[in-house]
Amino acid sequence: MHMLPFKTIAGLIVLALPGAAPAADMHTQVIAATCMACHGPGGKSRSESIASLAGLKQSDFVKTMQEFKSGAREGTIMQRHAEGYTDAEFKAMGAYFESLK
Amino acid sequence: MTINRRDFLKISSAGAAFALSACTTRPGALAATTARAHVVVVGGGFGGATCAKYLRQWGPNIDVTLIESNDKFVSCPMSNWVIGGLRSMDEIIHSYDNLPRHGIKMIRDTVTGIDTDKRIVTTQGGAGIRYDRLVLAPGVEILGDSLRGYTEAEAAGKVVHAWKAGAQTALLRRQLEAMPDGGVFVISVPLAPYRCPPAPYERACLVANYFKQAKPRSKIILLDGNPDIASKKPLFQGAWDELYGGMIDYRPNNAPFAVDGDKMIVSSDFDDVKGDVLNVVPKQRAGAVCGLAGARNDSNKAWCAVNLATFESTTVPNVHILGDSVLSNLPKSGHAASSQGKVAAGAIVDLLAGRQPDPFPVLASTCYSAISGSKAGYLANVFRYESGYDYTVAHGGGSTPTGDEKNFELARAWATNIWADVLD
Repeated sequence: MHMLPFKTIAGLIVLALPGAAPAADMHTQVIAATCMACHGPGGKSRSESIASLAGLKQSDFVKTMQEFKSGAREGTIMQRHAEGYTDAEFKAMGAYFESLK
Repeated sequence: MTINRRDFLKISSAGAAFALSACTTRPGALAATTARAHVVVVGGGFGGATCAKYLRQWGPNIDVTLIESNDKFVSCPMSNWVIGGLRSMDEIIHSYDNLPRHGIKMIRDTVTGIDTDKRIVTTQGGAGIRYDRLVLAPGVEILGDSLRGYTEAEAAGKVVHAWKAGAQTALLRRQLEAMPDGGVFVISVPLAPYRCPPAPYERACLVANYFKQAKPRSKIILLDGNPDIASKKPLFQGAWDELYGGMIDYRPNNAPFAVDGDKMIVSSDFDDVKGDVLNVVPKQRAGAVCGLAGARNDSNKAWCAVNLATFESTTVPNVHILGDSVLSNLPKSGHAASSQGKVAAGAIVDLLAGRQPDPFPVLASTCYSAISGSKAGYLANVFRYESGYDYTVAHGGGSTPTGDEKNFELARAWATNIWADVLD
């Protein structure tokens, strides 16, 4: 078995918890909050030019970010940002944004 | 002062150590020092206000006090748009009224002393505020004394820096409006590090945009202390060549050492430049409160070395520093300061709860620069902390070589959302 970085394991444990949306770990809350600088507090954009993130389905968020990262999806700055995060971080952020109403 | 019986019992059982402070402190505040941690944030800009807000969001058991000397938030990002006449001052001034709704105690006052042993902040208004953790987010201190004649010329209104948005932003706009066609606008920028690396070049663009429309015979002389355009070079060089051909006279390696406000002359080693409007930006260091805390601890005693995973000073325990004052690879920008405020808030919440903070935080910065009244470009980066070193730019980050309308609209949208994220 490959050794997984501690953070990845911690993320998997959090995501594996059954039931209601689990509280995100601090790393995830901070990087998700980093998105909110442009996408609006609580993931709710105040501008029509920038998308809201709150309430997005996790699978849609992850797919979109992976497409930005690969270049399959066009954007202005989102490729720049998407390349900076791991797939585990996409999943953790996606779960967090899905939990925001 | 009234103390009911239950509070009195609480105070009594808390022990003799609190007897002295009980004479001068409200019972609620006393309970706060025993049961609840108290974080004091100094400076309500992008870094400090963000940190205060997210501390309350992630640490509902933490009491947060934000000390700010101004009654309104004035945004440095977008202030070049005001100087270029694209926006009014009203549009970059925002209220602090929504922060108390997050449970933040706002104090409008100026910090005059910090006792880092006793962990007490003293203010001009006479308050002595005890903290468990202190966050300093003052922005830069502008060193007018580093230029001969600057302080007198500034006091006489003959030269401005307009490098902290506020009265000087409005004054510079008025001076540009009053300048006759055919006049000379001189802007100078110090050798890096200074606040907001692309700002001088954006300012040159937006003033040129205004001159082109209103005063087309005018000139801009940019005296740069740096050997070359220090940020977004292709974007700005392209704009100067294509949009403002010949209007901007760029002179690298040309930091001024003196300003003569009577003769309206800026002097460098190579030039004595006469202007009608003088916008000289002196060199800078970490904000004054960092000096009060003894936290300007780099080799020049100018900037603050911190543990970049928590933003706690490497030499002054329990004092965290955010934004422009920090010594690191991170850009000195409002967006970066706000991101740092979030990383620090997360770390402080974990530290106060006795947990290990995230050893590898990640933060991001998006920085738009307008090149005209309808076009902008960007620089966008994700920064990942490498333990024991600094933040490194994640692969994929970078900037646009040209500006366009889409990014101009996104710059406006960015401002709307980040102001809300910081203050609302």
